[in-house]
Amino acid sequence: MGTRGWLESWPVWRQLSGADPLGRGVAAESPRQRAIRPRTADADRVVHSVCPYCAVGCAQNVYVKDGEVIQIEGNPDSPISRGRLCPKGSASKQLVTGPQREQKVRYRAPYSSEWTDLDLDVAMDMVAERVLAARDKGWQNHDEHGRPLRRTMGIASLGGATLDNEENYLIKKLFTALGAIQIENQARI
Amino acid sequence: MGSNMAEAHPVGFQWVMEAKEKGATVIHVDPRFTRTSALCDLHVPLRAGSDICFLGGVVNYIFEHDLVFRDYVAPYTNASFIVNEDFTDTEDLDGLFSGWDERRTGYDRSSWQYEHEGEGGTLAEPSTREHATGHSCGASGPRLEGGSGPIRRDPTLEHPRCVYQLLKRHFARYRPEMVAEVCGTPVEQFLKVCAAWTSASGRERTAAVVYAVGWTQHTSGAQLIRTAAIIQLLLGNIGRPGGGIMAMRGHASIQGSTDIPTLFNLLPGYLPMPTAETGSDLATYLAAVKADRQKGFWRLADAYMVSLLKEYFGERASAENDFGFDWLPRTSGDHGTYRSVMDMVDGKVSGYFLLGQNPAVGSAHGRLQRLGLANLDWLVVRDLTMIESATFFGDAPEIATGEIVPSRCKTEVFFFPAAAHTEKEGSFTQTQRMLQWRDKAVAPKGDQRSELWFFYHLGRKIKALVADSGDERDEPLRALWWDYAVVGDEPQAEDVLRRINGYDERSGRLLDGYVELKADGTTSCGCWIYSGVFAGGINQAARRTPGSAKDPYALAWGWVWPANRRILYNRAAADPDGRPWSQAKACVWWDEERGEWIGHDVPDFEKSKAPSYVAPPDAVGPDALSGDDPFIMQADGKGWLMAPNGLEDGPFPTHYEPHESPVANALYAQQANPTRRVYPRPDNPSNPAPSEGHREVFPFVLTTARLTEHHTAGAMSRTLPYLSELQPALCVEVSPELARLRDLEHLGWAHVITSRAAIEARVVVTDRMAPLVVQREVVHQVWMPYHFGARGLVTGDAVNDLFGVALDPNVFIQETKAATCDIRPGRRPRGPQLSELLARYRARAGISSETGTARDATPPGGGRDGEQEA
Repeated sequence: MGTRGWLESWPVWRQLSGADPLGRGVAAESPRQRAIRPRTADADRVVHSVCPYCAVGCAQNVYVKDGEVIQIEGNPDSPISRGRLCPKGSASKQLVTGPQREQKVRYRAPYSSEWTDLDLDVAMDMVAERVLAARDKGWQNHDEHGRPLRRTMGIASLGGATLDNEENYLIKKLFTALGAIQIENQARI
Repeated sequence: MGSNMAEAHPVGFQWVMEAKEKGATVIHVDPRFTRTSALCDLHVPLRAGSDICFLGGVVNYIFEHDLVFRDYVAPYTNASFIVNEDFTDTEDLDGLFSGWDERRTGYDRSSWQYEHEGEGGTLAEPSTREHATGHSCGASGPRLEGGSGPIRRDPTLEHPRCVYQLLKRHFARYRPEMVAEVCGTPVEQFLKVCAAWTSASGRERTAAVVYAVGWTQHTSGAQLIRTAAIIQLLLGNIGRPGGGIMAMRGHASIQGSTDIPTLFNLLPGYLPMPTAETGSDLATYLAAVKADRQKGFWRLADAYMVSLLKEYFGERASAENDFGFDWLPRTSGDHGTYRSVMDMVDGKVSGYFLLGQNPAVGSAHGRLQRLGLANLDWLVVRDLTMIESATFFGDAPEIATGEIVPSRCKTEVFFFPAAAHTEKEGSFTQTQRMLQWRDKAVAPKGDQRSELWFFYHLGRKIKALVADSGDERDEPLRALWWDYAVVGDEPQAEDVLRRINGYDERSGRLLDGYVELKADGTTSCGCWIYSGVFAGGINQAARRTPGSAKDPYALAWGWVWPANRRILYNRAAADPDGRPWSQAKACVWWDEERGEWIGHDVPDFEKSKAPSYVAPPDAVGPDALSGDDPFIMQADGKGWLMAPNGLEDGPFPTHYEPHESPVANALYAQQANPTRRVYPRPDNPSNPAPSEGHREVFPFVLTTARLTEHHTAGAMSRTLPYLSELQPALCVEVSPELARLRDLEHLGWAHVITSRAAIEARVVVTDRMAPLVVQREVVHQVWMPYHFGARGLVTGDAVNDLFGVALDPNVFIQETKAATCDIRPGRRPRGPQLSELLARYRARAGISSETGTARDATPPGGGRDGEQEA
């Protein structure tokens, strides 16, 4: 290191000679700080998304590397949120990548105290059969005045406010065709 | 009011702060001093559940001080309409309106109707018909026969039976002193609110109202919001920039799940579900949705409904088979979530789906919820993480009390791990009706799947199972159009959105908007208000052009229903002649040269209909809208100061005490909303009303709210390290005065008790919960956040266990923002001792199933005189 290099490694020199007279920025940087890069810089892709918590609808940029979410930040272009996220939105990387996420179908048999694993396709078949059985058990063709009802009281559903419009559409459509009417979500609560 | 926006919707609150910096006065009216209050110009306390009296006081102030924005109110609202001479107000019937039917505890609305010119006078609605009930109207203006006819009017607003005069008289006793007596709000502070609010009115200025579930979760929730609407109409603050009433909704697509409903009473686009009464055929159904002689775009409901049926059943829907209408199931009254849960307890429901929702924590009366879950044949839970509603058989509080025994609990539970918002594409609709598209970032892992995947494949499997059944019951499943585009095994959300937008069935072209919909089966459309989201064949919800000085509404960011209009009813942002009320408040206006409406926003009005246009007397539907009818969905084109139809509990809002209140109604003999829905059963006890005595057992007011760092029932926040660290424990906030009264120690334990439950929490003694003087007595209020449960990184008792089930009669939302309670130092007892404690409390308060559930509390015969004689 020459004299000049030695001088420039000294923060006070940089503060007095450079563009940071208050010593709150580049003048106070250490070599390690200078080398730090945001993890977003290494992302393969940035994907447009929307925060999944409340209904303000803050825009999110999802940073992806090697098929994994590596960071989620606010999108400054949004006229709603202008890049900001609240504590929940800021924590949403933990929401989608954390160990709390279940990855396997779980099954609790009647009268059991335990969960067991179940194959996804087997579980889907079991649910499909149970839906039709419950539908038949609670079926009502007519009311007491003979007016058509064409419905089942055997099935109920709750949820949708955290789901996509397209998902709610299919849920309502399928249940309606099944004759299931007790279809509800958080908007009632 | 009814919102703690800085904490519950912090990123939205930046705009409130920006308005404040530009000179706006920001007022927070709330029982508790919150971080929102700390940032406002004024915090004004009130007793939880007394909001209608407070707002009614503002209405009264507007009339007393002659502050009505007449140039707006006279042409744009129904102020000048004359009402049936049989109408009798709550002032004369001590808290009931005319039409009260004690037998069915509901109203006949015929006396609430307008008078018409010429022969016939009133066109009375046969309002006892089930289809006219409030819950079937969704967000739409209700049906109104004669809305396009010659309604008798008095433009001077002097006629004693015009809406203006009736409204003035209705709220005449809601004076500042009455507000102080009922709400506990000091007169001086109340008057400050009135002065500030009413000054933001007129040509140059507007005021906006923000609310959240602090308003909806009441037995008079819908009327509460209507009171705010009346104020905003009187001040000319609806349909104008900086005006309106903003609902701060709490879930990413709770608006979308209302528009495209997973709700029992609605079909997509606020079309009502057919009922047993209206469901005999399509024509009968449509006659219940829209009147023949009414104005506005609901008159075209046949086009919306037929297009929906075309999407549902494709080519199987034709004019010959009523477009498959008969395949739809019919409702008959209340099928809301609370009714269903009681039916689960009673063994009437076999299977239950929970889709990203955790009722064991998030719904009122957690014990009832869990007992319902424990009495099913099977339960499907789809969520990101294990939630209390899936694990109830192992960790419900009822295990400790012996009410749920795993070895005797038959419920078969399927847990399906869900894909997260980054793992699927699709659209959310946020709180201001804006659809925003999300792209897929990464693939879900293991068995994680989207709801789209789950329901698409469940439908496919069910269709296969019934393909050859021969059973007529299965015909709608066989006819169901289910050929959505699939890549790999994932159905394509964009294809579903295209079908929601709708097609011209003859050409296969995507529609540009709902005005293209036809009732003859040549168009299909999954949700008419969303038609246009794929205008020009482009996914408009995926647009991401930021706003600019030239484009203040950022019209190319996302897509807002309907037709990308950002401010609903913005025709009212111009004066009757079509000119902006002022340059500062210009939004859309009539351009005489071009002969059309133009402006910063997309006009919410027929583009070339001149402000001076007068509709011919025999016109109906949109053709009947005149140039000064800004409220184009309403059956008469006007903003409703009085609602002749659509509400169960009266044409005007009226102060009733909450279902559970420590005080008697100071305004009327009628204590609580007479039409509220109550469920008197042993497992749903209510704390006593004041007239039933034992007030000392549950002397305090209980209310709840959110924390910034947690989300609703906690599944998406109690499981995350960051958020759990920030808010690690359940707490209960009490005033220093209440702490002294009950020996509560700051940061020590206390338990809160109602007739349903006792739960424990750490005590926070704080001035934020100031006691109020109500009817010359001190009323203490207790506040708790409701996010905690048995699972996650941080745990706590479920606050919603404290509440019972009593509902608003219009929308069937439960009252969880005001109840009565007791609070005692120390932790709650465990196991059987907990049940014994609750039994002792119920015995002390003399509680039976019927306690607190009386609905008509007026003296026999009704009216003040009757009361005096009694």
